Amino acid sequence: MRRVSGVLFALLLTQNLTGEPLTSSPGDAARGKAVVLDRDLGHCLLCHQISQLDESFQGNIGPDLSNVGGRLTAAMIRERVIDPTRLNPQSVMPAYHRTEGLAQVAREYAGKPILDAQQVEDVVAYLETLKQ
Amino acid sequence: MSWRSSLSPLLILLCGCSPGASPPVSGIPEPRSGYHFQSQDTQNLQDDDFANPGMLWVDGGMVLWTEAPETGKPACADCHHAADMSGVASRYPAYDKSLDTVLNLEARINHCRTERQGEPAYPWESEPLLSLTAYVAHQSRGVPVEVDISGPARPFFDAGETYFHERRGQMNLACVHCHEHYVGQMLRGDKLSQGQPVGYPIYRLEWQTLGSLQRRLRFCNTGVRAEPLAFGAQTWTNVELYLKWRATGLPGEAPAVRR
Ligand code: HEC
Ligand code: HEC
Ligand code: HEC
Repeated sequence: MRRVSGVLFALLLTQNLTGEPLTSSPGDAARGKAVVLDRDLGHCLLCHQISQLDESFQGNIGPDLSNVGGRLTAAMIRERVIDPTRLNPQSVMPAYHRTEGLAQVAREYAGKPILDAQQVEDVVAYLETLKQ
Repeated sequence: MSWRSSLSPLLILLCGCSPGASPPVSGIPEPRSGYHFQSQDTQNLQDDDFANPGMLWVDGGMVLWTEAPETGKPACADCHHAADMSGVASRYPAYDKSLDTVLNLEARINHCRTERQGEPAYPWESEPLLSLTAYVAHQSRGVPVEVDISGPARPFFDAGETYFHERRGQMNLACVHCHEHYVGQMLRGDKLSQGQPVGYPIYRLEWQTLGSLQRRLRFCNTGVRAEPLAFGAQTWTNVELYLKWRATGLPGEAPAVRR
């Protein structure tokens, strides 16, 4: 039993279910904002609204993120950006920092996460500033 | 949720039939054409034959339809009356016994090209193939879609249904997510429709040209950063068959206009 929970704990650590930062250098909110907007990186406005951003055609597949910093801790945001299917297996939000378990991935993206570790941290830092 | 969609899974459970044999259940109890998700301007463009740019291809297809190959073999029009093409597109893809596979409309036209006219097949997405397809599909405008998925067509249908529900690409999304779970919601500037295949080939404003259903589907692959399947891939015909069945009862619209 103890061994099983030990294995489980190791699994939690490697999969970062604890919400620990992915990098030792802290996230940068300004860079994170750029990642959120970039169509080739976060492109979060495909599905979300952020009223602080002056952008037309914001999506509404996911919840409004304008107050996400007021509702969720950095650790909770990080978990959702890394891989939302861990919390909700039915989630339609892409796992931004995961490479395994994907099918038919286009060649230029194969084996790469959508965002690297630093970009995830930058996005988390930016989302933490979104409060209303 | 209608009684049909909520009851049928239960019936399947009760009768314990194998999935292949049991009647399929559509996630779209009330099909609605993509037309209804377009802006008024785009709808107006589709409705007016003089303004609809897709009609240029229909006219071009009519010319090809009557032109005999230089070899002296018959023209399409020598073997078929245009009136006999009414309703054909609404029945396709269809199973072909001699080829033991399902053919979409483009493949059927190319089959006549090679087998009846002794001419080389037109490449996928080439102007003459798009034009002839537009011309033939236009004869089914207003004819309700009804494809045959029974017997030997069923495995192809099942494969299409599976593909529709599988996640893919770096964004890890399935067709069913965008075209059933989030219908009517905004994906950036696009209002998500049910992904109905009844207007094809379509004139797409973003392309500034006419394109086939497979061209559209390849966009839906690259949109989730999936490697797009090749034109003419068997999987695409299977998906087309599934989509057409899902559209049962919707009238043909070719050539439709989309954003
Ligand atoms: C394809 C659509 C889609 C994209 C793109 C997307 N999300 Fe999401 N997101 C969702 C959905 C849907 C939810 C609701 C929860 C769920 O279904 O998992 C969600 C939930 C969230 C949540 C939790 C919000 C809450 O109030 O609980 C956060 C934080 C979040 N997304 C951040 C992001 C960020 C940051 C990006 C860009 C890097 C992004 N999302 C891109 C669809 C998307
Ligand atoms: C990320 C969301 C997304 C996914 C996943 C997706 N599509 Fe689409 N699809 C769109 C958008 C956006 C459009 C254009 C607007 C509309 O009609 O919904 C579209 C359009 C279509 C159309 C054209 C509808 C018309 O009226 O002309 C069809 C058919 C279609 N998709 C089928 C599919 C199939 C089959 C799959 C799976 C292989 C798929 N889509 C996956 C977003 C998606
Ligand atoms: C020599 C006669 C001949 C010529 C020429 C010919 N076809 Fe056909 N076509 C047939 C026959 C016979 C069938 C019945 C199916 C089969 O066995 O191929 C058919 C079937 C079809 C069908 C499917 C009809 C259905 O009800 O399923 C379409 C569409 C079609 N032809 C289009 C064309 C087009 C377009 C051309 C010109 C490029 C063409 N045909 C040239 C003889 C011909």
